[in-house]
Amino acid sequence: MDWFLANLPFVLELSGHHLYQSVLPLVLGLLISVPLGYLAWRLPSVRGVILSVSSVLYTIPSLALFVILPVILGTRILDPANLIVALTVYAIALLVRSVVDALESIDDGVRQAAVAMGYRPFRRFFAVDLPLAVPVLFAGLRVVSVSNISLASVGALIGIRNLGVLFTDGLLRHFLTEIVVGIVMTLVLALLMDFVLVGLEHLLTPWNRHRKARSKQVLVATTGPDNSGSGDSAGTARRPDAAETAVLHESL
Amino acid sequence: MTEAQSVAPPASAGSSPMVQFRNVSKSYASGQPAVHNLNLEIDRGAITVFVGPSGCGKTTSLRMINRMVEPTEGTVLVDGQDVSAQPAAALRRSMGYVLQSSGLLPHRSVLDNIATVPRLNGVSRRQARIRAEELLAVVGLSPALGKRYPAQLSGGQQQRVGVARALAADPPILLMDEPFSAVDPVVRAELQQELLRLQQELAKTIVFVTHDIDEATVIGDKVAVFATGGRLAQYAPPEELLRAPVDDFVAGFVGRDRGFRSLSFASARDLPLLPAATATAGTLASMPAEGWLLITDDGGAPLGWLPPGQRTPAAAVTGGSLFTIGSSLRQALDAALSSPSGQGVAVDAAGRVAGLVDAGEVLQRLDAERRG
Repeated sequence: MDWFLANLPFVLELSGHHLYQSVLPLVLGLLISVPLGYLAWRLPSVRGVILSVSSVLYTIPSLALFVILPVILGTRILDPANLIVALTVYAIALLVRSVVDALESIDDGVRQAAVAMGYRPFRRFFAVDLPLAVPVLFAGLRVVSVSNISLASVGALIGIRNLGVLFTDGLLRHFLTEIVVGIVMTLVLALLMDFVLVGLEHLLTPWNRHRKARSKQVLVATTGPDNSGSGDSAGTARRPDAAETAVLHESL
Repeated sequence: MTEAQSVAPPASAGSSPMVQFRNVSKSYASGQPAVHNLNLEIDRGAITVFVGPSGCGKTTSLRMINRMVEPTEGTVLVDGQDVSAQPAAALRRSMGYVLQSSGLLPHRSVLDNIATVPRLNGVSRRQARIRAEELLAVVGLSPALGKRYPAQLSGGQQQRVGVARALAADPPILLMDEPFSAVDPVVRAELQQELLRLQQELAKTIVFVTHDIDEATVIGDKVAVFATGGRLAQYAPPEELLRAPVDDFVAGFVGRDRGFRSLSFASARDLPLLPAATATAGTLASMPAEGWLLITDDGGAPLGWLPPGQRTPAAAVTGGSLFTIGSSLRQALDAALSSPSGQGVAVDAAGRVAGLVDAGEVLQRLDAERRG
């Protein structure tokens, strides 16, 4: 703890770098994955190619990618851009599939309705498809955000400044505290990002909130009285149906 | 199409048909034709129902009207214009479309859903919402529902919103694709009546797809029966369909009790009523003990039947449908057949007992009609 307080500015600086190096690839990855995922979804012919290439990308060992990228990009070996590009590649690898899944999760009837009302494809994508894809898409984003934050540490091995430095340095000096601080700060960043993403999703899906609120209400109504007794799982499993119909009737 | 030519002239005689199918066929790569050489004229301002078993091409035909499906052969004309020459999106916006399970956009409030097409046409958000609020009232929904999301409505309410949305841009044509098939029978009957009421005010050209022949005969001014393989089997007003199906397929499809159902279209206007022996709870004691006795409330509305020899209100047998004067022979016969006493209760428009109907009378009358 003393070490942590004494080195607070240093740790915070590393955390700042770390956050920047993992969030920027997330954003870039999303911007690239949405059009790629849209293509894969609309054109069955390119779908297989896009999806298999993106899965193969994820199997490239991260360290190898960090080392090879400067050769391909012509950047210096210590340039943080290498890390950002590498993490963007991993983000794309995971997100393209998420985008396809998210677009496929949309009820076909809703899409038919949008077509029948006279939406042209471009406008329909932004007005109907994308907003409705948000819940599934954000599930993917949350996974990638956590994965990016943990992968970014590997960058320390090629001399990039972020929380990974605490691991390499701690290991060299056989100083456990520094490593623990690194782990804790990585966790804190991951949690922080997850909170931000959950909040963002909440803001973007007011329509889903009502649905959730209703099912939550149902759960409270059913589990409330049951909590006092022993948890009869069969009984509680059956009850939401009845309560849900009650809520439905109420809204009739 | 001989059937089409043999039927009575359209409701708005003299005007050209709103939608025409000319030698339209649609086949998919898999082989079987979805629609086979369809020739059909849809009357302006009337409800035309496409009915048939699943896979008969009724929905495909409907979707060719707004180019959701393109025909393989033939032309579809709307208001005399070939639809394939019109931009698809603009064509679709010029028609209302109601889908099964409403197809509302789950991420838009009810008002914004209704406002969709006007917004696509460039109407300001404010204007479109004002219009949406009016439409909410037109389809019989409370303005308080406007701010809700579709998931917060019941199935019946969602369907009403679907209808309101289709009406928003005031299109001359409404396409309805099995709109009421996902709601329970009680709500469905309600929505059907509501649609007929709306149609009296709005006089749109409505093309309505259903697999339910009962719904088709209740709603349709004309019914097109499709057979498997996308063949139009018969195109006629519902009473003709029930009275004179052209072939075994149609006869089989319209069902076994079509004779009884066709009575729906026979008026019972001049059906003679028998005098009813009635009593209220107060006058019960003074009535003779023989025969069935009908008890009414003080306003004259029927409450139930007392069997012969029993003259206490507790012995009353309820049940049996009522026959409203001026309605169909089907209702009269049903009232007679379902009544515990064997005689149906006829009520006037205010629901007061007006007399009794006898099943024999109904049958005699049918007989007389056939001869004369």
